[in-house]
Amino acid sequence: MESNSRRGFMGKAFGAVAAVGAVGSLVAMKSSWDPLPSVKAAGFTTLDMSTYEENELITEKWRGKPIFVLKKTAAMVASQTDAQKERDVVVDGMHFMLAIGLCTHLGCIPAYKGEKDGFLCACHGGQFDWAGAVTKVPPPRGFDIPPFKIDGNKLVLGEAGPEYTKMKETGITL
Amino acid sequence: MAHFTKATSVKDWLNQRLAIEKVEKVMASEYWIPKNINFLWAMGMVLVITFVLLLVSGIFLLMYYQPSVGMAFDSVNYTIMREVGFGWLWRHVHGVAASVVFLIIYIHMFTGIYYGSYKKGREMIWISGMLLFIAFSTEAFSGYMLPWGQMSYWAGMVITNLFSGGSLHADGLVEWIRGDYVPAQAFLTRFFMLHVLLVPIAIMGLIGLHFAALRIPHVNNQDGDEIDFEAESKKYLDGDKAGSKVMRFANDFMSKDMMVVGVYLVFFFYLVFYNYGFAMDPVNFDPADGLKTPAHIYPEWYFLWSYEILRPFNIDLGLALFGFAQVIFVFLPFLDRSPNSVPASRRGAFKYWFWGMLIVMIVLTAMGKLPPEGMFSTIGLVAAIIFIAMWIALPIITSLEKKL
Repeated sequence: MESNSRRGFMGKAFGAVAAVGAVGSLVAMKSSWDPLPSVKAAGFTTLDMSTYEENELITEKWRGKPIFVLKKTAAMVASQTDAQKERDVVVDGMHFMLAIGLCTHLGCIPAYKGEKDGFLCACHGGQFDWAGAVTKVPPPRGFDIPPFKIDGNKLVLGEAGPEYTKMKETGITL
Repeated sequence: MAHFTKATSVKDWLNQRLAIEKVEKVMASEYWIPKNINFLWAMGMVLVITFVLLLVSGIFLLMYYQPSVGMAFDSVNYTIMREVGFGWLWRHVHGVAASVVFLIIYIHMFTGIYYGSYKKGREMIWISGMLLFIAFSTEAFSGYMLPWGQMSYWAGMVITNLFSGGSLHADGLVEWIRGDYVPAQAFLTRFFMLHVLLVPIAIMGLIGLHFAALRIPHVNNQDGDEIDFEAESKKYLDGDKAGSKVMRFANDFMSKDMMVVGVYLVFFFYLVFYNYGFAMDPVNFDPADGLKTPAHIYPEWYFLWSYEILRPFNIDLGLALFGFAQVIFVFLPFLDRSPNSVPASRRGAFKYWFWGMLIVMIVLTAMGKLPPEGMFSTIGLVAAIIFIAMWIALPIITSLEKKL
């Protein structure tokens, strides 16, 4: 009886030690798979917004992802609904569509078919208008907008400025 | 201390130390196989042989493959294909085997379903088999990444995005899996590790479990006979080989297995030498480009049916149904409420269920390959709904089945 309780105690003590070790190693394993500091540090891109042509879609690269930049024409700006206006990034009086160019469904890059047809994702048939909102499912929401900060006529991607924070708070982007 | 005698032969010397006679009996000469089984039961051995082909060809590919985003594509398409002596052979064997192994797995699976081999004490055989299927799927997906072509990259992008859970928007989890914001170096190296080390170890362990699960309930047979293996094997050992319903695995039954394997290998190497192209997607001969999506993305043929279940619905419902399709086969032994483990042809509505399921999966496979437009997406949607409905109906129709 006495030896049984001694064995039971040793079993529990071993179990406790092993559990601490297991949790510790899980923490280490989780961290080992986190993005490396160098990957995170490379996550900033600066764009000169004065170089873009109107209604010409330019794909920039930020964190390996395609970033759509579309300078809107005066006609496009005039025809915008309120919801579309809220998605605009205004730099130095110029209206831009700025978006991560990945379909919010499963991450393919939709192709720009011009002002009328917007963006078409060939993979699963999703469509977006030129403001970046969904016009045909399966995508669950409009294009995500990357964190940006306006700095004169430059745009810093990867840093959250007040305009971006406001978009996030109002639920325009995730 | 154990008692040792002076060895009379090398075999005896080993036997005293390794019990090789006992092992031989357990593994081969007294492992009992029913006589009334057809060539479909040889698919297990065909799979073992294919797995060995994958392992050997993989080892040779591993020696020249470079798991780096800058070099992976060329190390496969230039170094291995053009420079390494017979490198093309290893690659084609590996590519063809990776595709054909799924064909055989599906045949193996549907044989089990047809003959009710997942029931009455054989549940662990089925469950360990389905775990093997999941492990092989992981192995196939992680291997598909390694040449780092366009399809590799975008398959990696799409499949890892599934882990964001739709509206749950778990982007942190996706970035953690990738080790980057998009598939990049960290992603390639860790999938390389999974493909050459962790998943193969898991597969080998599961193969061990799958075999162990077979030993006590034994394999089912073509007529669903309940065989008393102890009595029948005793009859066999006493000399009544013709009267016994069972036979030795080795060397008696093995000869039949090897005959099937021989025919299979002729077919396999015909594919390797003359038709290897079907296992190589042309899109994957363009190097990975994160800023350009191929016009039409589709998985390899063996994943098309489940991909098509994901596709016609909105993201959340699609993901839920996709998850359902992935795991539902595991629960087959518990969803089939009938005690009959006989061929489907001798059962009630299950006969139609079996052929219906096979047809629905073939239709889903075909639609998954076609672009998601017009008629095709409607057919895909209907087939996906039928697939789900059939699984919901299974417990009902099988519980109405009378006992044979």
